[in-house]
Amino acid sequence: MQPPPEVTLQGARLDYGGKTVFRDLDLVLAPGSWTGLLGESGVGKSSLLRYLAGCAHNAAQVGRLTCSDGLPLGGRIAYMAQQDLLLPWLSVLQNVTLGRRLRDGSHRRPEVLAKARALLAAVGLSERAGDLPARLSGGMRQRAALARTLMEDRPVVLMDEPFSALDAITRVRLQDLASELLAGRSVLLVTHDPMEALRLCDRVLVLAGQPARLVSELTVEGRAPRATDNPAILAQQGALLTRLAEGQVAA
Amino acid sequence: MIALRPAVVFFALLLFWQAVVWATAVPPFILPGPLPVALTVVEDFGLLMHHAGVTLVEMLLGFVLGVLFGGLAALTLVSCRPIRPWLLPLLVASQAIPVFALAPLLVLWLGYGLASKVAMASLIIFFPVTASFYDGLRRTEPGWLDLATTMGASPLSILRHLRIPAALPALASGLRVAAAVVPIGAVVGEWVGASAGLGYLMLHANGRMQVDVMFAALFCLAVMALALYFLLDWALRRAIPWQPDSLLTSSTNALKG
Repeated sequence: MQPPPEVTLQGARLDYGGKTVFRDLDLVLAPGSWTGLLGESGVGKSSLLRYLAGCAHNAAQVGRLTCSDGLPLGGRIAYMAQQDLLLPWLSVLQNVTLGRRLRDGSHRRPEVLAKARALLAAVGLSERAGDLPARLSGGMRQRAALARTLMEDRPVVLMDEPFSALDAITRVRLQDLASELLAGRSVLLVTHDPMEALRLCDRVLVLAGQPARLVSELTVEGRAPRATDNPAILAQQGALLTRLAEGQVAA
Repeated sequence: MIALRPAVVFFALLLFWQAVVWATAVPPFILPGPLPVALTVVEDFGLLMHHAGVTLVEMLLGFVLGVLFGGLAALTLVSCRPIRPWLLPLLVASQAIPVFALAPLLVLWLGYGLASKVAMASLIIFFPVTASFYDGLRRTEPGWLDLATTMGASPLSILRHLRIPAALPALASGLRVAAAVVPIGAVVGEWVGASAGLGYLMLHANGRMQVDVMFAALFCLAVMALALYFLLDWALRRAIPWQPDSLLTSSTNALKG
């Protein structure tokens, strides 16, 4: 993997169907660290992520997206969403190598398959490599999606509420796994769960208002993944939740 | 039990048929009972098979050609955006013309032989196949497309590896409809002008008041149509194992067409 660049977004604006989702938005993703993006549903978190991913079709977009090494960001991001987005007609292993299949058809090469198997082993799915996704539980499917994300081996990873559809226990386990396996990459994690953001991210941003702005920023101490009963995290979570619930961040 | 159910229905229908014959006491040249018809099937087996073979070839060729052209039309529609506003109204207009009304013209242009029946059968299934496949191709899960975009896939690769496989269940319902209506196309073609085929045999028998032969031909046609439908359904379910499509729900919406 190439070293992750610092990604800078300046003066971003996105209009969707005549409505401004956000404008004058500046965002910096520090290299090799996790940035959390919190906010209410519908505030535009996912739109911002899709903007960065280059997937905001049908939306008018303005802004300057640059990387510290002067190269474009496109082709250096991996994307992981709330739905696992596994293709139902491909086996788990074939889903993991999907990027190769789509790009150049190199998904059958021995070294590619070996790497995919190693990643499946890392997420604990060695036994299920040949199964169709429909036979997997929600947690397993999201682990397969994580393996697919890792297979892409991109320096920047954009995650859109990747764990929110899971039960609490599975979620904590998967957060730990993702935090461990994605270490060293720049990650933007969109979530509505303050605890998740505080456990995993080095920096947490809050998006609020209409059009949305980044209204608040806080730094989290310690090494991720942080324990769920870490008193400092719990205190920060309480404060953050209160502020989000009261809507003060929007003011 | 499940295997028995169609047999039970079949015999119930036969009983009902026989009951109507007894109750109304209509002469056999109006409504023959199941037994005389069965005898006719046995007696004229060679004749029936000869004509059934002709109709079967027409049905299969019409099916293959119709599916081929329908599939190509759908692929053209999705992959070539500028062509869409030109081709779509044409497609709808083509469906607005009753295909039956074209049958005499097709016979005039393509002759009394196989070609006019095949053209008729493929025309009649062209629209359901195009419409269902096009619909499926357009409704690819947006998340998959986003994922493919971030993976750096070309539009052609997305079409091949994502959109076409994702549209197969939709295409399958189109194919089921096509299998159900393709016999109509072949038989209508034969009614308008032919020298062989079950439709021709029925018309011929009708003129001579051989109602039992008509019923025998109808029986053969029904068996062929059902066999085609169920074989296709079985093959489709095997080919698309990730989406078990139920037998009847998939085709009810389109059978109106």
